[in-house]
Amino acid sequence: MLESTSAVSVPIRGPATSALGAAQLMLARDIRLAFRKRGQLIQPLAFFAIVTTLFPLGISPELSRLREVAPGVLWVAALLSSVLALEFLFRDDAHDGTLEQHALSGQSLTWLLFAKTVAHWLLTGLPLSLMAPLAGLSLGAPVGSLGGIVVSVALGSVALSLIGSIGAALTLGVKRSGALLSLLTLPLSMPVLIFGARATELAMKGAGFAPPLYLLGALAVLGVTLAPLAAAAAVRINLE
Amino acid sequence: MPARTLQAENLHLWRGDTHVLRGLRWSLSGGECLQITGGNGAGKTSLLRTLAGLMYPEEGRILWDGEDIRRDLPGFQGDLAYIGHEPPLKLDLTAWENLHYWIGVRRRLGDAELQQALERVGATDWLNRPVRTLSAGQKRRVALAGLALMGVSLWLLDEPTTNLDAAGQRLVGALIEEQLARGGLVVAAMHHELPVSGAVLRRMELSAGLEAGRA
Repeated sequence: MLESTSAVSVPIRGPATSALGAAQLMLARDIRLAFRKRGQLIQPLAFFAIVTTLFPLGISPELSRLREVAPGVLWVAALLSSVLALEFLFRDDAHDGTLEQHALSGQSLTWLLFAKTVAHWLLTGLPLSLMAPLAGLSLGAPVGSLGGIVVSVALGSVALSLIGSIGAALTLGVKRSGALLSLLTLPLSMPVLIFGARATELAMKGAGFAPPLYLLGALAVLGVTLAPLAAAAAVRINLE
Repeated sequence: MPARTLQAENLHLWRGDTHVLRGLRWSLSGGECLQITGGNGAGKTSLLRTLAGLMYPEEGRILWDGEDIRRDLPGFQGDLAYIGHEPPLKLDLTAWENLHYWIGVRRRLGDAELQQALERVGATDWLNRPVRTLSAGQKRRVALAGLALMGVSLWLLDEPTTNLDAAGQRLVGALIEEQLARGGLVVAAMHHELPVSGAVLRRMELSAGLEAGRA
């Protein structure tokens, strides 16, 4: 057994970064990285655009028929695009060892992963919600409903990013995790799909769409409360 | 203020059916460096990761200043630096950007301080190049600059001189000696001799998860 008798006494510590400062650094880093790897940024958006454009070609160019399926098509495409982008959420950081450094930073891992998920939403969910009106128009959505579509997709995509962060963290150690990630995430995302499609449908009919929007908001709040905790626990297990 | 101490008490770690660490015990105080040697698979990296709180031992505990590290794991981890086999750098960011984020998340960092640390490791000419374009030795030097900037008490280093030329290896020795002179502690897993003074260096050879010589 090694024993020591040395008694040098100098604590070494610089002023710590605040939690908010750490989150800002994480956001800035992930946004910068995304713009340097544009392929990952564009892929889900291109997928969303292609899927929503293919439906009118496959079903019928008749607007009345397209309007019937538009809410479902928009939301299924948004959901699948979101899942497509999730695979990259923690994977690169896990591969290059920076995820391990997040865990060792002295900052709350839950908080840092939440900041990463916010960055992910800004880079995928927000652009998807801004693209949704164009996709809506191609599916025959009235111009008056476009605001409702943007709001519902924006709110729903927040919930999707948060739910997806749990799946992304759980599948970190799995090679070619895409299929497993979909199997984990899609069933959990059903409520978002249902309320999101309902909000879009009501907006397209010109009816009040607040009730499903409130439910989407509740899911997003639930996600903010629980998802980062679950993701951090899953990441810690995967780092072992 | 008393010297910082790190103690391992009867550490047992299993990975599946493999008993990786088998009852390790030792203690280290501020100003001391412990060099862990041993063949491949002896458990050096597992020991470092366990000390960092990244792996949970099935039995035994690690004490930091006499307290179990699990009592305040984020606090303990905030006061240590762990650098594994590969430098934890984003390939699409520059050396500067990497350190600005990596160290900035831990503590407030001025541009001049960052510049100085990068200059010290010889990164002046390539600090604004994406890490993707750097050699393995240059990446290691960026990680060393990060280590120097971190300002923490405990360094856990896994093969810190890998890919470094002779000057780089001397730099590792100088950084470790400075850390020890400040009262910090260093635990380094290395196959080769650490380039530091023998006065502050203690050695432990691991063999199949046991300190060599202990049954």
